[in-house]
Amino acid sequence: MAKGILRYGAYVPMRRLQRKAMVAANSWFNGSLKSQGKGERAMANWDEDSVTMAVAAARDCLGDFDRDQLSAVHLASTTLPFADRLNAGIVAGALNLAEGVGGHDHSASQRAGLSALADALNAGGGPILVTAAEKRRTKAASPLELSSGDGAAALLVGEGDVIAELVAHATRTVDFVDHYRGDGVAYDYTWEERWIRDEGYNKIVPATLKDLFATAGVTGADIAHFVMPCTLAKVAGPIARKAGIAESALRDNLAMVCGDTGAAHALVMFAHALESAKAGELILVVAFGQGCDALLFRATDRIGAVTPARGVSGFLARRREETNYQKFLAFNDTIEMERGMRSELDKATALSSLYRNRNTITGFVGGKCNVCGTLQFPKTNICVNPNCNAFHSQEPQPFSDLEGRIMSYTADNLTYSADPPACYGMVQFDAGGRVMIDFTDVTPDDIDVGRKMDMVFRIKDYDGQRGFTRYFWKATPAADAAQQGG
Amino acid sequence: MARGIKDKVAILGMGCSKFGERWDKEADDLMVEAFEEALKDAGIEKNQIDAAWFSTAIEEQHVGKSGTPLAVALRLPQIAVTRVENFCASGTDAFRGAVYAVASGAADIALALGVEKLKDTGYGGLPQRGRGVLNSQWWANASAPGNFAQLAAAYRAKHGVSKEDLKRAIAHISVKSHDNGSRNPKAHLQNKVTMEQVLGAPIVAEPLGLFDCCGVSDGSACAIVTTPEIARSLGKTDIISVKALQLSVSNGVEAQHNSWDGSYFATARVASKKAYQEAGVTNPREEIDLIEVHDCFSVTELVTMEDIHISAEGRAIYDVMDGFYDADGKIPCQIDGGLKCFGHPIGASGMRMIYEMYLQLQGKAGPRQRKELPRLGLTHNLGGFPHQNVCSVSIVGRYEG
Repeated sequence: MAKGILRYGAYVPMRRLQRKAMVAANSWFNGSLKSQGKGERAMANWDEDSVTMAVAAARDCLGDFDRDQLSAVHLASTTLPFADRLNAGIVAGALNLAEGVGGHDHSASQRAGLSALADALNAGGGPILVTAAEKRRTKAASPLELSSGDGAAALLVGEGDVIAELVAHATRTVDFVDHYRGDGVAYDYTWEERWIRDEGYNKIVPATLKDLFATAGVTGADIAHFVMPCTLAKVAGPIARKAGIAESALRDNLAMVCGDTGAAHALVMFAHALESAKAGELILVVAFGQGCDALLFRATDRIGAVTPARGVSGFLARRREETNYQKFLAFNDTIEMERGMRSELDKATALSSLYRNRNTITGFVGGKCNVCGTLQFPKTNICVNPNCNAFHSQEPQPFSDLEGRIMSYTADNLTYSADPPACYGMVQFDAGGRVMIDFTDVTPDDIDVGRKMDMVFRIKDYDGQRGFTRYFWKATPAADAAQQGG
Repeated sequence: MARGIKDKVAILGMGCSKFGERWDKEADDLMVEAFEEALKDAGIEKNQIDAAWFSTAIEEQHVGKSGTPLAVALRLPQIAVTRVENFCASGTDAFRGAVYAVASGAADIALALGVEKLKDTGYGGLPQRGRGVLNSQWWANASAPGNFAQLAAAYRAKHGVSKEDLKRAIAHISVKSHDNGSRNPKAHLQNKVTMEQVLGAPIVAEPLGLFDCCGVSDGSACAIVTTPEIARSLGKTDIISVKALQLSVSNGVEAQHNSWDGSYFATARVASKKAYQEAGVTNPREEIDLIEVHDCFSVTELVTMEDIHISAEGRAIYDVMDGFYDADGKIPCQIDGGLKCFGHPIGASGMRMIYEMYLQLQGKAGPRQRKELPRLGLTHNLGGFPHQNVCSVSIVGRYEG
């Protein structure tokens, strides 16, 4: 049975930091940045990290797919919030996956996303969810700060009705250190670009492609979509040309509209290619990093039958220009802001309580009364319906995909927020139930009573004293309402 | 319904400290300040008190837990002291404990004292504090003004009121309370403000500006209660008695069930209705002469006018703008300046409201005294948030037994 891609999705944060603003702030210090002031990069909100973005991409990918069928979930990133806690486990919790699911984190290389995809495909068996996400911290005035972007992708792989089948996989591992990030160090250390191009990409990638083409029995001319993330100039084009791949097959690396999403970028570009691939077309996906992975897929006649909720294109269209470079620095802790005494509240998390309440907190699961049918969050012992009040009657009821509307709201300048004013309010679900909840990705102008809201998995608090990130759900203007924002 | 406690308990004496930023005072200084006034007013010895109820809400900020801070500060003769905490309604709930003790016959004379010493945080507004192990994992990152501000959004949506009209009505409330506060020497804020100042002030939580929020104050208030018979035997003539005391507590319906629309306080409607019943009031708009409500925020006061059944639903804005609740209106609201200007030392606030009624009913309120001596006054003391709260309503009046 063919194995390959069953579904795909992506996530790109709404804010797009204008490179012009970044260069305007920093070119006094590094004049060579002046030539890099074009386009925009995706900028995660303060409450997003690789885990939350992976969850968003996974939800975009899975849609109404029966999650109980999943056999494993993979998460690839070099910017995982936890060095020792299964980050994929948080993703699984947010997606309400059954405990029988496998969980795997992949890290430490820019090709981690594609390697994870290869591993999942090679593993065979039941549907496996592969997610990749990246939110790199970069030094102010660095070229990497300009070229990077935050984002995520998700692919559901398995056997059966695939939309793209795996044709061949080639890999090689070479300890070529173009850059590295040492343990406990926040930022990358990068070597000279010309060396990376000549000794790295130009030698390691062609060798891998040669193996791949030999295995698959194809030539470069057969490739319809060539996916290779690389923001260095004169790399992807010449490699394609030498391999005989048509120039028209070279996929946009999204540098102008998103930036390089690191370990996720091969999958982000692949998800983007799947949006436009036609049946029978060959898609070549390459990722470089201490070696190379190259995966060749052929789009089946099922391509187009399954589409993500938004996909790369949809999320790129959900866009708000950000010109405040200072805000980017603050969100990424590049500068120390005076947060005020109100921010000093201890944010310790009782792990035993979090575990006991994991379905409520991580999964956003409330209750549905099996006597009167009332939905309620959180799930409690006694039904909240004053005309029912049945004891122990509530079945688990996920709230994350329910449609909600604002019943009351405010924009609060008093409470501490990393992005004031803190917007929050009571969101009432059409199916029943309500929750007083933080809003995210909003400005005060976006919100009004009756506004439709979607639920998104985000960082609730970061406990800097203990290095613990805690997560919960927030409300954001719904897909069809988001465009109205300014 | 139970028979209630109407006229079973009289107020023997009351005291209230100056409210404000009492930088040079500890909580026990404030307690003694209020207690000395009450003791003198009651005309009794400290040792005649049988039991005491002590209210304070944010105890971690000052006195700590239990009844001991009161017993030690006042050197009470090792009598029962119960510490009461019920959000910002703690004061009225301590009063309720003392009143019930007398009504039941368990005590002849009981003391209720509330105190809060808040101005040791280093910043304005209420102290930030933990919400509990589980709540802190999912509750919205909400402040008090942010929670109450949402009444405005829901009220506007329900009654089709424009942002501007609502903002003007709540501004009128704050201007009125500042005007009243200027005649109160114990008030935290004694300055008058104009509509323009209120409307132009920085926004704290949309749509509430700086003047829509009450002050955070240090202060203490206290009541000594007994039976009307004992009060008489002690030589009291103009006796003020308790007509009703009701408390209603949210059970999660507002927070979790879609039957509440966010524009009013479900508990205030229940507590006030029960209080009128207990006091035998059938037409509050005609029978109640004076009200002190929990105006933590101007919009709280606005919707409360409807919740205590004095303004009809959707009509509070019109009554407010018509001056119905002004000091010279039909039913003055916050004639002492309210939480807004008298101040809000949480554990003391409910008792401060009753203190004002006690003074006004006896004609002892000085420059702010209502000319026509009130006969019946209502206090409304609320704690928590609109979507989950506790609400106390008391009715006190001249004893005519």
